[in-house]
Formats: sequence, structure tokens, C-alpha cells
Amino acid sequence: MRWLTLIVLLMPGLSLAGEARPLADDPVAEARLKHLAVELRCLVCQNQTLADSNAPLAEDLRREVRDMIARNMSDQEIIDFLVSRYGDFVLYRPPLKATTSLLWLGPFVLVVAGGVALVTALRRRSQKVAAVTMTEEEHRRVEQLLSQGVKRS
Amino acid sequence: MNRFFLPLTIFGIMVGFLAVGLTLNPREIPSPLVGKAAPQFSLPQLHDQDKVFSPEEMKGQVWLLNFWASWCSGCKTEHPVLMDLAKSGEVSIYGMDYKDQKDEALTWLKRWGNPYPIVAVDAAGRVGIDYGVYGVPETYVIDKQGVIRYKQIGPLDDETVAKKIIPLVKELQAK
Repeated sequence: MRWLTLIVLLMPGLSLAGEARPLADDPVAEARLKHLAVELRCLVCQNQTLADSNAPLAEDLRREVRDMIARNMSDQEIIDFLVSRYGDFVLYRPPLKATTSLLWLGPFVLVVAGGVALVTALRRRSQKVAAVTMTEEEHRRVEQLLSQGVKRS
Repeated sequence: MNRFFLPLTIFGIMVGFLAVGLTLNPREIPSPLVGKAAPQFSLPQLHDQDKVFSPEEMKGQVWLLNFWASWCSGCKTEHPVLMDLAKSGEVSIYGMDYKDQKDEALTWLKRWGNPYPIVAVDAAGRVGIDYGVYGVPETYVIDKQGVIRYKQIGPLDDETVAKKIIPLVKELQAK
């Protein structure tokens, strides 16, 4: 009985969920906001975009972006506005700069280094296997030995 | 020996990277505003709604701008440090009541003490966005020309005040 109560209490249907508020009356502006907000990082919960986050700051920033869209600012102007205040950190796609070169080039460097390591390892291994010419007699002996091995197992 | 040298080196480098990574605080995002002019604003004062406060009035002085709120627990932690700093008379700290209820802010200051000569009210958080605030408390050191010289993210503690804030303020005041 106690378990039943617990299950009933934990049923998600019983908790009340607030309806999402309609964002704006203008669908074009809302589409632009969505398009921008997925490119921007919420600074409070750093692994969420501005579009996903429910943090108060994210709400405020969405409001600012919405205002800027209403003022007819371009995407670049809006992004510049945020970068000038919060730095490149707000961008999910960091720009290619001297400070971010390791971030951008690092994976390629690793791929090249891995490729070089692989090729040298394979070359070294193939050198170890010396080419041998065998006589007819030897061939027969190898086959015999192999077939014996199969029988034994 | 030779066989293990390369994997061990790579392992060592990775450990080095991870060790450095562990000591970094991802919450501390370097502010692009350091070295730039403090954004202007003109906001009503908490204790006297009819009066406004603007950074313009502070030209010629080195001052601290501290974003806080009565709902913020870090601000409570930081508060005794601010009280001590205000009492020492080294530098004046101006408050910015960030996204807060007026009566709650006033009660908070009455209860714990008020280190600020003036508190401005940023009810909508707009000025906070101009300053790149993303979590209170945050504190800015602003020089005589109105340029931001330092940004403290999170609560100030005695050590930061003694080692960073006071030396910086003295250096800026001497200029």
C-alpha cells in the first residue's frame, strides 16, 4: 500500500507544468531570435544555448535580442553587441584567432600525427616480415603441419 | 626503455593538460570590458528614488562598482568583506542593486549594514547586461578616467581585497 502511494505521488502527470508563454506576435522576429539564440551560449549554465536555458539571465538576454531585432539590427550587430559585453565566450562557434588557433587546428594536428605514426608503424612491421621463397617440398611440409594442427584442436 | 618512452611522454603531457584544466574555474570568463570605458547609465537611487546615480559623477575618483542583490547568497558571504573595506576608507564602494525588490533590498541593508554611499537600482538588469554581468556578486574597479581596470567575478574575499583590490586602487589613485 505504501508503495502504491509512492508511485501515485511520483506520477509525472500529477505535477503541474506551466504552459510555455508565446514569445512574440511577430513570427519572423521569433524565427530570427531562434536562429540567433542557438548560436549563443548562456553564461550561467554554460552548456546550454540561450534558446534552451531558463536562467533569468538567458531570459533577459533573449529580451535584449528581441528588442534589437525589433530595432532592425542585423545579426552581426546583435552578435557584436553581446561579444563586446561577454566576450567570445557567448559564441558557440569561436572565431579563428591567435588565442583559439589550438582549438581550431589541434584536431587536424592530431589527425596528421596519428596518420604519420600509423604509416611508420606499418612500414616498420612490413620490414620485419622478410620475403622467403619456398621449395615444393617445404610447401608440402607446411600444409601437413597445418592440417595436423587442425586435427589436434 | 625506448618502447615505453613515447607512450609515457604522451601520457605525461595529457596529465599536464588535465592538471592545469582542473585548476581553472570555468565560471571565470575574462571580461572584454577590462581596459574599456565603463558603460554609462543613469539610474534611480535605492534610498531616494527621486535622485539618480551616474558613473559620470565619479570622474576623477577611483571607485568600486559592486553588483549585488538581496536574493543572492554570494553577496551575503561577501558582505562583511565590503563592510571592512568601506570602513578602512581606502576606496568607496558604490552599489548596484541588481534585479531586486526595493523593500527587500532596503531590509537587507538595514539588517546587515550598508557599505555603500549610494546604491543605484537596476531593476530590469539592463545595465547589468551592459557591464557583462552574468552572476552577482560582481565588482568592477573603475579609475579616474572612468575606465574599468579590474573585474571580480563572484564574492570578494579578504585575500583578494588585500592582494589585488587595494594595491590596484592605490596605484590608480597615484596616477
